[in-house]
Amino acid sequence: MLQYTIRRLLSVIPVMFVVSVIVFMIVHLTPGNPALIILGEDTSPKAIADLEEQLGLNDPLYIQFFNWLSQVITGDLGTSVYSERKVTELIFSNFRPTFSLMSLSMILLLVIAIPAAIAIVALRKTVLDPIFTSVSLLGVSIPDFWLAILLVLGFGVALPVFPVAGYVPLTEGMGAWLYHLLLPAFVLAIVEVGIIARMLRDSMLESVNQDYTKTALAKGIKEREVLVRHVFANALIPTTTVLGATVAGLLGGTVIIETLFTIPGIGQLLIDSIHRRDYPVVQGVVLFIAAIYVLVNLLVDLLYTFLDPRIRYD
Amino acid sequence: MLKVDNLHVHLDTSDGIVKAVDGVTFSIEAGETIGIVGESGSGKSVLAHSLMRLNPEPPATYPKGKVYVNDRNVLQMNKKELRHLRGNQVAMVFQDPMSSLNPVFKVGKQLIEGIQAHRKRPKKEAKEKAIELLRDVGIPDPESRIDSYPHQFSGGMRQRVLIAMALASEPKLLVADEPTTALDVTIQAQVLDLLKQIQHKYGAAILIITHDLGVVAQLADRILVMYAGRIVEFGSTQDIFYRTAMPYTWSLLRSIPTAGAKRRLIPIDGQPPSLIHPPKGCNFEPRCPFATDACRHIDPDLEPRGDGHQAACILSASEFESIKEEVASS
Ligand SMILES: Nc1ncnc2c1ncn2[C@@H]1O[C@H](COP(=O)(O)OP(=O)(O)OP(=O)(O)O)[C@@H](O)[C@H]1O
Ligand SMILES: [Mg+2]
Repeated sequence: MLQYTIRRLLSVIPVMFVVSVIVFMIVHLTPGNPALIILGEDTSPKAIADLEEQLGLNDPLYIQFFNWLSQVITGDLGTSVYSERKVTELIFSNFRPTFSLMSLSMILLLVIAIPAAIAIVALRKTVLDPIFTSVSLLGVSIPDFWLAILLVLGFGVALPVFPVAGYVPLTEGMGAWLYHLLLPAFVLAIVEVGIIARMLRDSMLESVNQDYTKTALAKGIKEREVLVRHVFANALIPTTTVLGATVAGLLGGTVIIETLFTIPGIGQLLIDSIHRRDYPVVQGVVLFIAAIYVLVNLLVDLLYTFLDPRIRYD
Repeated sequence: MLKVDNLHVHLDTSDGIVKAVDGVTFSIEAGETIGIVGESGSGKSVLAHSLMRLNPEPPATYPKGKVYVNDRNVLQMNKKELRHLRGNQVAMVFQDPMSSLNPVFKVGKQLIEGIQAHRKRPKKEAKEKAIELLRDVGIPDPESRIDSYPHQFSGGMRQRVLIAMALASEPKLLVADEPTTALDVTIQAQVLDLLKQIQHKYGAAILIITHDLGVVAQLADRILVMYAGRIVEFGSTQDIFYRTAMPYTWSLLRSIPTAGAKRRLIPIDGQPPSLIHPPKGCNFEPRCPFATDACRHIDPDLEPRGDGHQAACILSASEFESIKEEVASS
């Protein structure tokens, strides 16, 4: 287990290296002179030359990469060309709303998906089973963005229960925070709920037919308890493997949701910076998102081994 | 204490209805040991599960028959009554110790769960009881083993844990479904010994299922031979071994490897019949070395063959004896 953890930690290094190469290339894969693109057509050659100098665009590519990477490693992601603030500072201040949104979304996701999966498995022999099957089929065939728009129209416009824009930090009160964040978090979660619920349901149905389930029933334990305790605990293990993909889905989704609901998060920072051709910020944000993704996957892998005592004690 | 009366268990599959148990009648007295023998697929496990109504429904249905435990019909019990029956009056040890324990919970937790299922008691007391049970089934150092996970035990030790779990509420009947099949030969003997000791200490009746007549020979008071979902011979262990009255039992006996025996093991030729479309006459006729023309048309019932001895065969004892010598010598 310890050995595995160390090996898994080390494996992050090459992944992050490849990611940083790609992020670095963002600037250089864009056709044309980056300085010209950043500053626009009507700029004096002097200004362009200055910016080229500032961004180090005159050095050979590998020197540029090396310089950039050594800065990144020390935690310096450069300075925004647009606002002239430090990129790390921008990311830090924009990450809070994103973190709020993703955390709430994750909580909603689990709070909906877990009971749903348990209910579906518990009621599998009743008349409700075909209803569940058709609902989940419907859920799979409805496009996510369409459902999202429908939810916004439904609860933001037609029945204006929730605001459709804005963000209030948690420090200004739990109520206001939740009030503004609930709809976007729900819209973000609903897309992933199906994946988790389905995976959990399939794993539980598999676990229901295992011998240890029969043993538990033979002891005289309530069917519901067997389901919630024995079956669920085992089904959780394979389900964690899709959690990484879920977080990736949520991360990707936030970019859209933040724009849709004008939440000043990482996603909006990214979109705005792309519009402004603010390359240092774009690079910083992409690198940051990639790092989070890698980190989450690392945690999920470790969680997986932790949940399964057969692996934990080897 | 247990009475099974003309029990039918059907399994609804996509190929048709499997008549896994097809009219079985027998009873077990308190403290008695009964063995059920039969080939793979003869319906032993389905029958055993029926005693606690543990067959998954669907596919299982119980179209006919009754299972009485202390004069209460198990097949008509509601959920609460079933829960009270399971583990409390009737307990079960399953075929495969490797998969019968929940891999993600500590052995102690699983034991305590069983202990608490029927009589709530303080945590500490339940834990002490769990340790005592583990000691009773011969697990060394039970105080610390209680905190181990199932994968940290060997197969034989896991089967001991499962037996301990079955004893948690001191049931009146212990059903052991091939408790030794998945184990090494030396471990098999130990587990069988343990069952004997347990019976002494706890005074439970035991229903032991196996496809190996050798296993029940040393353990059972009475033996029930199953073939294609039916009982084909039923009698005391003496009856079954020395006054065999049914060709299938005789074939099974010939296939036991006996220590130091010179003769070769003789497996039973052919396949058991389809349980979806059973043959018209005697189920065993296609494989029977004694079969006559009549066997193809007559489906024999269990008939008495002496005191408490029953067999389903149209051959009389004397006919059977004379043909037996013929077949054995050829
Ligand atoms: N869940 C099920 N669905 C369909 N058929 C089943 C199911 N369980 C058992 N059967 C069938 O029922 C019949 C009896 O099976 P059972 O498990 O009782 O046999 P067994 O005597 O216990 O055999 P073994 O010695 O292999 O354990 C077999 O023909 C088997 O194929
Ligand atoms: Mg079986």
